[in-house]
Amino acid sequence: MAQVQKCFGSHKALKGVDLEVRKGEFFTLLGPSGCGKTTLLRIIAGLELPDSGHVLLGGQDITRLPAAKRQVNTVFQSYALFPHLNIFENVAFGLKARQIEPFEVRRRVAEKLEMLGLDGLDKRYPHQLSGGQKQRVALARALVNEPDILLLDEPMSALDAHLRTQVQEELRRLQRELKQTFILVTHDQDEAMVVSDRIAVMREGLVEQVGEPREVYSKPRNQFVAEFLGAANIIAARRDGGRVVTSLGSFDLSAAPAWDEGSLAIRPERIVLADGQDGDGNWVRAKVREAIYRGQSLDVWLTPDDSAAGDPFKVRVRTHGKDHLRPGDQVSLFFPPEDLVALDQA
Amino acid sequence: MNAKRPVVALIAIVSLIFLYVPSLAVAIFSVNNAKYGLLWKGFTWKWYTQLFSNQAILDAALNSLFVAVISTAVATVLGTALALGLDRFPWPRRGVKAMDLLVHLPVVTPDIILAAALVLTFSLLRKLSSVFEMGMFTLILGHITFQISFVTLVVRSRLAALGRDIDEAARDLYASGRYLFFRVTLPLLMPGIMAGAMLAFTLSLDDFMISFFTHGPDSVTLPIYIYSSVRRGISPEIHALSTMVLLITVVLVVIAERLSRFRREG
Repeated sequence: MAQVQKCFGSHKALKGVDLEVRKGEFFTLLGPSGCGKTTLLRIIAGLELPDSGHVLLGGQDITRLPAAKRQVNTVFQSYALFPHLNIFENVAFGLKARQIEPFEVRRRVAEKLEMLGLDGLDKRYPHQLSGGQKQRVALARALVNEPDILLLDEPMSALDAHLRTQVQEELRRLQRELKQTFILVTHDQDEAMVVSDRIAVMREGLVEQVGEPREVYSKPRNQFVAEFLGAANIIAARRDGGRVVTSLGSFDLSAAPAWDEGSLAIRPERIVLADGQDGDGNWVRAKVREAIYRGQSLDVWLTPDDSAAGDPFKVRVRTHGKDHLRPGDQVSLFFPPEDLVALDQA
Repeated sequence: MNAKRPVVALIAIVSLIFLYVPSLAVAIFSVNNAKYGLLWKGFTWKWYTQLFSNQAILDAALNSLFVAVISTAVATVLGTALALGLDRFPWPRRGVKAMDLLVHLPVVTPDIILAAALVLTFSLLRKLSSVFEMGMFTLILGHITFQISFVTLVVRSRLAALGRDIDEAARDLYASGRYLFFRVTLPLLMPGIMAGAMLAFTLSLDDFMISFFTHGPDSVTLPIYIYSSVRRGISPEIHALSTMVLLITVVLVVIAERLSRFRREG
């Protein structure tokens, strides 16, 4: 995919997106609503034409190829099952539209229904199914065509939280088994982490960062990516020789920043909390302001002792739920050099 | 609050009675064994049997049916096409609004205005061809003109309820334009189309105003026949005829209502 742009009236939904999705990977377009991720998906599906740019599939330009001629199938957010057809006919639709032999149609539909645990439901109609079942029918209906790419447009948004986690893991397993290329659109960063081989984080029609979940989470390129993928401490900083000076003190970084003045990011759970220990490099003494117990973790808000002039800087630390900390407790914090990330200017 | 309820219920019932007293009166007098007067002289079916041996009435009934069937068939196809065109073609937003208004307008325009406009149009067209002499052809054309809007409105509301996802899903699943239309759009739209057709059919059967101005000597419909008979004096036969027309209309309306509810949950 190269330089894809799309405008709706004066609003630019996509401002030049360059992405390459590898064959057989689970790729996710992640971003807040209105970032253009769904528009991009629809362009790949052939349901929307880009104003400029190209979509390539296996080296072939498919930008102008209509949806009906693309080896790409979609699971729609609303599932969009055919209400007048039963489950068998729904799943068989794509095969019948291409005039595949009836015998072959029956074999392939039965295979997919079984794979997705839908056997026995083939005579039912969509309105007789639960949300989870409908979703699996939508999945079967797309997968039965053995597409080069399977597109998933927020397929989990209509499911309740418990079911969602289960379906995410199932989807992951399914993709591993089939070794087909999946492209998922979602605004849920947990979902993106669970299922993806690689994630593209999007904002306002642009791709901010592409990488493996581990990479985008622990090495976010800028403040937007850092904050969209979870909690982050953002610290204003200035470069001074080999070290970086902040209002909390000076730190060593494993990768030196490219700027003279900018910001650092560190995940709350990467800051090491210790009593009584101390040291020279990357240690900060701080006082607990608030501790929020979350069961699996304890979120602690701290004010560093050396918090220079004006309003006290707050640091968020996430530690396991076993720790007992009360407001006013004095602690030492260690900022590991490899977990401090220098952010690009947004 | 509770104290007001009986009053509201009473008003509702009185309104309903008010609505149906005339029809009920006609129905009662259609089985009254008296040629004149308003006194009850016993039950009889004889006005109904006379009705079926009156050639003029049978001709008028046949004409009504013929006009209704032909005009409904044409108006349903045209109205459905118009609804599809309005809904599926990527018109500029303002264009759609203007066209929506144009579709709605005939529904609220008084029939007499449309009738007068048709009289004028046909008299102009007569200069081109004698086909437009007032008769069966002009009558059918007249009916089609007011039916189209109703069909379009009913079909459009069904289209709006369906949404576009289903069409997109079908295209995504390799359906060509034809396959999409005949296997997905048309079957899903069918309840709406049938409801629209039923409505158009009833409107055609009932219509007096347009028919009165556009018919010719060869195309007297039931409402026109009733009108001219009533001018000569009301007879029990006319009561019987009116009652039957009323009953047929009720049946058609109920069917149309059923059809438009059918499978809406899908």
